[in-house]
Parts: sequence; C-alpha cells; structure tokens
Amino acid sequence: MSDPVISVRNLCVEFVTRRGVLRAIDNVSFDIAKGEVLGVVGESGAGKSVTGSAIIGLIEPPGRIAGGEILLHGKRIDNLPQEDMRRIRGRKVAMIFQDPLTSLNPLYRVGEQLIETILTHTDLSPSAARERAIALLAEVGIPAPDKRIDGYPHEFSGGMRQRVVIALALSCEPDFIVADEPTTALDVSVQAQIIALIKKLCRERGTAVMLVTHDMGVIAETADRVAVMYAGRVAEIGPVRDVVRHPLHPYARGLMGAIPTLETDAERLTQIPGAMPRLSNIPQGCAFNPRCDQAFDRCHVERPEPIEPQGENVEPGHRVACHLYTGGEGAR
Amino acid sequence: MLAFIIRRIAQSLFVMVAVALIAFLMFRFVGDPVNQMVGIDTPQEEVARLRESLGLNDPAIVQFGRFVWDVLHFNFGVSYQFRLPVTQLLAERAPATLELALTAAIFALIVGVIMGVYCALNRDSWLARVFQAVSLVGVSLPTFLIGILLIYLFAVILGWLPSNGRGQVVKIGEWWTTGFFTASGLKALILPAITLGLFQMTLIMRLVRAEMMEVMRTDYIKFAKARGLRTRSIHFGHALKNTLIPVITIAGLQLGSIIAFAIITETVFNWPGMGILFLKAVQNVDIPIMAAYLMLIGFLFVIINLAVDLAYGLVDPRLRVAMRA
Repeated sequence: MSDPVISVRNLCVEFVTRRGVLRAIDNVSFDIAKGEVLGVVGESGAGKSVTGSAIIGLIEPPGRIAGGEILLHGKRIDNLPQEDMRRIRGRKVAMIFQDPLTSLNPLYRVGEQLIETILTHTDLSPSAARERAIALLAEVGIPAPDKRIDGYPHEFSGGMRQRVVIALALSCEPDFIVADEPTTALDVSVQAQIIALIKKLCRERGTAVMLVTHDMGVIAETADRVAVMYAGRVAEIGPVRDVVRHPLHPYARGLMGAIPTLETDAERLTQIPGAMPRLSNIPQGCAFNPRCDQAFDRCHVERPEPIEPQGENVEPGHRVACHLYTGGEGAR
Repeated sequence: MLAFIIRRIAQSLFVMVAVALIAFLMFRFVGDPVNQMVGIDTPQEEVARLRESLGLNDPAIVQFGRFVWDVLHFNFGVSYQFRLPVTQLLAERAPATLELALTAAIFALIVGVIMGVYCALNRDSWLARVFQAVSLVGVSLPTFLIGILLIYLFAVILGWLPSNGRGQVVKIGEWWTTGFFTASGLKALILPAITLGLFQMTLIMRLVRAEMMEVMRTDYIKFAKARGLRTRSIHFGHALKNTLIPVITIAGLQLGSIIAFAIITETVFNWPGMGILFLKAVQNVDIPIMAAYLMLIGFLFVIINLAVDLAYGLVDPRLRVAMRA
C-alpha cells in the first residue's frame, strides 16, 4: 500500500456526562489510501459517525478526543488550533451528511453556498468561482446547472439535493471525504445513483473515502475494504470480499448471516441475540462476550487486540479482534 | 405574490371594519354623548333638537355608515373635554409617542439581538449568565417600577438625565415636532425609551438566544462547519439569518404593543404623547378620543402585521412559493 491519506492511530473519543465519562471510541486504528473506499459498518451507536466527526475535527463538547492520533498525509491534524483545522476542513478533508433535506441552508441559493465555499478556500475571483460551481453541478449530474445554480434548496428533490451536497463537499477537491450514511434518507432507486456518483467522482480524483453505512449491500458494491465496528471498537477489518465471504469475528459472521440472499433457501435469517451494550456498561474483556455463543473464559477477562490470524486462509491485511484467533486455550 | 398581498389587504380591511364597529359601539353604550355636551339646566326640547341634529335618532346601521365615512375622512368628532377636533389633538401628540416608541423599538431590537446572539454563542461565559439574570429582571419587573427606579437613579441621585417631559422640540413641516435634534430632547428620550423597550429587549434577547442555539444544532450548520467556512460567516450569515425569521414576527407585533402600551411609560415620565391623552379621556369618559385611539392602534397593528407577513417573503424563499400559490 502506498502512503495512506488518512491514518487513525489508537483513537479514543470520550463524552463527559453527569454520570461519568463515556468512551464512545476505544482504541480505533485504520488507514485509508489514496483512491480507496473504506466501508464502516456496525449497529447504531457503534461509533461509526463519531469516528468520522473526529477525523474531520467536529467533535462537539462534551465530546473530546481523549487519545490517539489522526494523521493526514503523515501530519497530525487532531491537535491543530481551531483556525488551522478550519482551513483544512472543506479543502483537504470533507464530509457528506445523512440527510440532504437538512444539510443545505434553506435561505441561501445553492450557488451562493457553493461559491462561498469555493471562495473561502481558494483565490478564485467570484465569477471564476461561479463558473466552477456550475461545472461542479454539471459534474454531479444536475441538469441545466447554469439555471439551477440560482435555485433554492427547497426547489430540488432529495436525490438532487444530495448531489448538491456532494458538489459542495467536493468543491475544493479534498483528499479525504467522510460519507456518513449518504443514502439512508433517500429512495432505494436514488441510493444506487448517489453511491455510483460518489464512487465515480472519488475514483477520478483519487479521493480517499470513509463510507459509513448500515447497508452491507452498499459496502459490498462500493468499498475496497471494510471495518466492522462494535461498541466503539474495530472488531474486524479487511478487504471487502474476504470479510463478506469469510467473516472471522462472531459478530461479523452474525452480521453477514443477517443479510437476506436469494441463493440460500433459509426459512429465517440468523439473528444476533441481545443488543449492543450501553457505553456506560461495556463488559470487561471482549465487548461482544455477552452475545457471543463461542465466548470462553479469556473473553471475559482480556480484551482482544486486532491481529492477522495465523493459519486461517485469509488475505493479507485482514485483521480481527477475537481470542478465537489469538492462539492458546479455547482457540481453534 | 400579488394575490397574497390582495388577500392580506382584504383580511386587514375586515379587521379594521370590526375595530370600527367596536369603536362605534362605545358611543352607543358607554354613556350618552348628549348628556356629556349639555348642562343640567338645558331644556328637554334643546336636548331633543341636539340629538336629532347629531343624527342619534337614525337607525344604527346608518349611524355606523356615517361613523365609518367620517373615520375615512379622518374626522373623529370633537373631544368632549377639550372642545377641539380629536384629529387635531391626536396629531399634536402623535409625534411624541411615535418617536418614543420607535426609539424604544430600535433599542430593544438592536440590544436584544446582540445580547441574544452573544448568549447563544458563549453559553457558559459569565457575561452570558449576567445577561440571562438581567433579562429575568426585565421580564418580571413591571414597567412603571423600572421607570421609577431609573428616574430615582439617573435623575434624582446622579442628576444626569431629566425625569419628565420631552425637552426642547423642533418643528418639522406642518405638525410634526421632534426631539431628535436638540440635546435636551435626546437626553429626555433616553430614560423613557429604555423603560418602554426593556421588556421587549429581554423578550427578544431570550427569543434570539433560544432560536440561535436551536439553529446552531441543525445539520446545515454542521455541514457549513464541515466545509470549513469562516466562523464569522457561519454565525452571522448562516445562523443569524435563520434565527431572525421567528424574531421578525415577535419584534413586529411587539412594535405594535410598544405604541399601544406607551401609556404607562408616558404617565411615569409625564411624556406629552397620545397615551396620556388617552388616560385623561378614560378618566373623563371622552369617548371620541377613546374611539379614535382605538381605531389608530388597531390600524397600526394591522399595518405592522401586514408588513411582517411581507417581510417573511423577503427573508425566507420557501414562503415566496407559498405566497404565489
């Protein structure tokens, strides 16, 4: 792998609440290379979006980065002064949000919002910025962009608004983009178009993407690698085909088993019993141990670190945090 | 847009007719106007003749029609106590009240918005807490008490500002008098304007604070931050504009009530405006003045409401569509 665009090293994010400190992200590490799409899956509250917000430097109090580093092209960005980080946001790193209906300011024309973003980060003249805005709208597939640029957000449909949001996020050609469930709020027919658009634009520009989603179908379709998150930790990470076809972690296996397929004739989908623990009540050892049917003594005591399992037939870079693969007693 | 304006004007006219009806009913049911005009020893025939000549024996609907016709010609009759045309009395005093109300409204709006924005953006700073506490005082203390306290502090103890009157006024045109151009006029304006505007200021401050905190949590503000826009632009361009939509309504309606309820402040500061005139009219059952005042305040409220509705369209593009439909 070439030098990663984004490296997350042992990231910890905490929320200080009245009842104590909650650890929403616990020791998360991953890299994303130029042009690569990392899919991040997991249940609600697994820490997917918080990870994205942390990278982009938008953790709002009472949240705070409690440990670890975030590196952009090898330079730390998690400890930059606010004003320096602001200059990076939008220009080097960008974010697409879940709901296009609420992501755009209703009182400004889409052109005004595009042009403001471009002018903030470049030295272009206003008229050049407008031309660039029109070109961007054309690129994200908005018909008659020279007219639509003067439209207000409410004059666009949901799918078209998400295209505008993508144009905004990509307006300064960032190196890295967090797409936080970019299709969840959209019609199924539109979802595929938006995913294809994000994939195409990022491939052309070589943008690294962190794609947060619930949708394994989207991951399988779009991502190069996938990270499965559970209770603020990375349970499994690896090349997307390998993880989808040969999931190692019992949780990942449960997730993949819960995807309906046409090929198998199963009466019922597999379920993972129980629910994810609350952040205030994460069990000792492996966070998944109460729900795991293969848990043994060690899982209740020692927290597993992500490792490349030995002896399993897996592709390089496929790591799993599970004692079943760390060798020793109880392991396979 | 035109259809919307026409519809709103039609509604406004309806409201004004209703107000006129109430004003008219005051003549009919609050005392007998003839009794107010004649002495005790006026012969009955004289009274009957006066009643006939005033048209009080005509059917109510005819009288109402005549009342509306007169109102449309700014003819509100003659004051019982001053024996002068009501229109003239009101016109003499209107500038004082309008200048006071306008100053109070501008003070309330500017200071209220600034304090509200500050409190929303620096929620935990000590100054924001002070503003919050002060606003609680402003909301809960009655206007007359604030006025008296201000007079006591700035006029009696410190002696910086006058405690009553309008100071020196300058005449502009036919009937407008203004205190804006003389030092004593401006000085005289300060205390009453603060007294009158303080309640509205705290109201606007609290509204702006709550609205802005709400807006700062929205997705489009998060997205604006994620695009790395300048903080100033996010706060004062994106957030404040969205905050001001509900504020416009309240501020507009409050301007109406500032004019209407200037009565108390005018009494405390002996301000020669319409409020004091109205108060005297109530004490002396001077119905023409009361009716005219009612019509005037009703008219101001209707006009302000209309202006607020139109201002919405200017600020919020989504409503332009609704207005067109």
